[in-house]
Amino acid sequence: MDKFLQRGKTTASSGGGDGPSRKQGSAAAGTSGKTGNSGQIAKDEETDAKATGMQKFIGVKSTVQVKKNLPWVDKYRPKTVDEIAFQGDIVAVLRNALKGEDFPHFLFYGPPGTGKTSAILAVCRELFGQELMKERILELNASDERGISVVRDKVKTFAQYSNTSIRPDGKACPPFKVIILDEADSMTGAAQAALRRIMEKESKSTRFCLICNYISRIIEPLASRCARFRFKPLPTSIIKERLQSIGTAENVQIEDRALDALISASEGDLRRAITLLQSISKLAKDNTVTREDVLELTGYIPDDDIATFLDTCKLNDLDKIDEFAQNLIFNGFGAGQLFAQLQEVILYSDFIKDAQKACIIERLAVADHRLMDGADEYFQMMDVGAVVMQALSAH
Amino acid sequence: MSLWVDKYRPTDSSKLDYHKEDAAKLKNLAQSDDFPHMLVYGPPGAGKQTRITCLLADMFGTGVHRMRIHYITFTTPSNKKMEITTVASSYHIEVNPSDSGIYDRLVVMEVLKSIAALRQPDDAGKRPFKVVVLTEVDRLTRDAQQALRRTMEKYSASCRLILCCNSISKVIPAIRSRCLNIRVAAPTEEEISRIVMNVFREERITLPADLAKKIAHQSNRNLRRALLMAEATKVKQYPFPAGATPVIADWEQYLDTTARMIAERQDAPRLLEIRSRLYELLSHCIPATLIMNGLVKKLLENCPDNTLKAEIISQAAIYEHRLQQGNKAIYHLEAFVAKFMSLYKRFIEENTMDMDF
Repeated sequence: MDKFLQRGKTTASSGGGDGPSRKQGSAAAGTSGKTGNSGQIAKDEETDAKATGMQKFIGVKSTVQVKKNLPWVDKYRPKTVDEIAFQGDIVAVLRNALKGEDFPHFLFYGPPGTGKTSAILAVCRELFGQELMKERILELNASDERGISVVRDKVKTFAQYSNTSIRPDGKACPPFKVIILDEADSMTGAAQAALRRIMEKESKSTRFCLICNYISRIIEPLASRCARFRFKPLPTSIIKERLQSIGTAENVQIEDRALDALISASEGDLRRAITLLQSISKLAKDNTVTREDVLELTGYIPDDDIATFLDTCKLNDLDKIDEFAQNLIFNGFGAGQLFAQLQEVILYSDFIKDAQKACIIERLAVADHRLMDGADEYFQMMDVGAVVMQALSAH
Repeated sequence: MSLWVDKYRPTDSSKLDYHKEDAAKLKNLAQSDDFPHMLVYGPPGAGKQTRITCLLADMFGTGVHRMRIHYITFTTPSNKKMEITTVASSYHIEVNPSDSGIYDRLVVMEVLKSIAALRQPDDAGKRPFKVVVLTEVDRLTRDAQQALRRTMEKYSASCRLILCCNSISKVIPAIRSRCLNIRVAAPTEEEISRIVMNVFREERITLPADLAKKIAHQSNRNLRRALLMAEATKVKQYPFPAGATPVIADWEQYLDTTARMIAERQDAPRLLEIRSRLYELLSHCIPATLIMNGLVKKLLENCPDNTLKAEIISQAAIYEHRLQQGNKAIYHLEAFVAKFMSLYKRFIEENTMDMDF
């Protein structure tokens, strides 16, 4: 560490520290943007900057504009490692990395909205500072072309540039780049295999950070090359706290009941909760978010309707169920939502016997699977309705 | 002369006929300077597109109604040239990515990127983004939906997406959570009959109130269908005799007869007849799901018993699922008909045997 600090100082004093790094910058923009003329590159930079939240890097005027339209998820993304909520062990390791200890390849996994991307971005921001970040980081995700050829070309060229260990503001930084492969579980097996050797060969100049939801979809040789960290789902108290603080910052009143509805709808996914809050606040009257707003926007079927459905099933009349299903579709509600809510109601119901519950829930699972395959909503709803009807009337 | 459906389509949100409260909310949204991605969902003919156009008109002015057809070409990885047709104004562009079949992921990636990369001229008072309207998002492949995820975030500075679909269950949660979800419920029968009456008044044609009600009932709460039906009825039967009935599409009558034939007799020759009728329908480009839907509904009406009905529904659910997975519709439709026949016949035989004893 000391060694490269000193080396950094000498390059800075010779005044050449800025030159090579700028060259890399344009090379990186060229590879990531794939655009021809210079005007579009400027555009690309702006949109990229938006994604990473680097407003300082671009001109003053666009900063105002970008800030105004910035999604809250990006606006309130943790800027430093310490701001990351809840993930204790990981934060400790990352802090060590900041202090100059080992920076291994990382593999972050866990459910969506738990701070995986935020964590790596925050570390990089602290390591490299706003300005260097652009050229030291390559972010690739499922929306980019990521087949085996891209891994070979793009990642390889990016990894091959050497780096100085000094930031433009004179501070020291580690002499490597970081390649973030977001949504890595959607990479093909062949592309993952192509990464294996590159990871080892370029480890002098490059660190990889793989981010995914399901670790089982990362091939074993790749996973074993990384330090694995599991991100836990966020507890409700932390989501609540964040939402409240955002609410205060954005001058939005959130009813307590609305907050609970938001949290239960987001299922531990902070990003989802924040996005929901933002969309709702746009539609809300007088800047007050009510429970009804939340339920409407999440596509939640009113509890009464679910009760009606069960009552209808008890009548032992399929025509009534048919009517109900038609109505639900006419009102635009999704069958998937009906199944999810029905499952909850039936599971915790005191009036339905265990044997009946098992029978109904099994059919729910089948119907949900068919729905995912693209089957028609009406038939699946009717099918479930018929099974519920038979199960309830059998005893 | 344009069809009534287009002629009487509301052009701004103050002229909408129903769901006025929601329309007011959307208008508020259009007036604020920020605007999220949106996902508009609801049954067909509920007015999703109309609402989207109204919203755009509120935001950008009447310029959005001046639309022209655009062709975008792109090359697939296998070097095949593809062309897709889009409709665009200077503020927005409408794309239906599911038209391109398995290449929909490419459309989402390439087309969106190229649109999003174009900077909007920064006129005073104009919005700094372009709107991309994607229709039939529920028919996108999983892959394309995944690709949409990040694109939505990345280009949100220069472009906003409005997604439009029938069933929200088929859109992955990751996309749903990134959008403002707007539900558009179908209009009620009263609302439809009121609108049909209004259209006739504008056209200066008298319409008996009971015919308007019949049209509304026949339309299955689908306003587009109601208006088309109204126009067809007018062309065929005007001036309306007492007790006039709305004109039903030929294929629907054909389907009704088919269902009746199935219920009449259940044996192999009849199955063969049905098969040719189903082929006839399919060759006229009637979607297989629609055929299935119509058949099941008619067949259920003729069913005497609840248990039998439940059994038929569960079979229908199975065959419809296979229909989606397979790619030759006739097999699954015919299989369902055969299944129905055997179930129905067995039921009838058992019951008549009971009576004999």
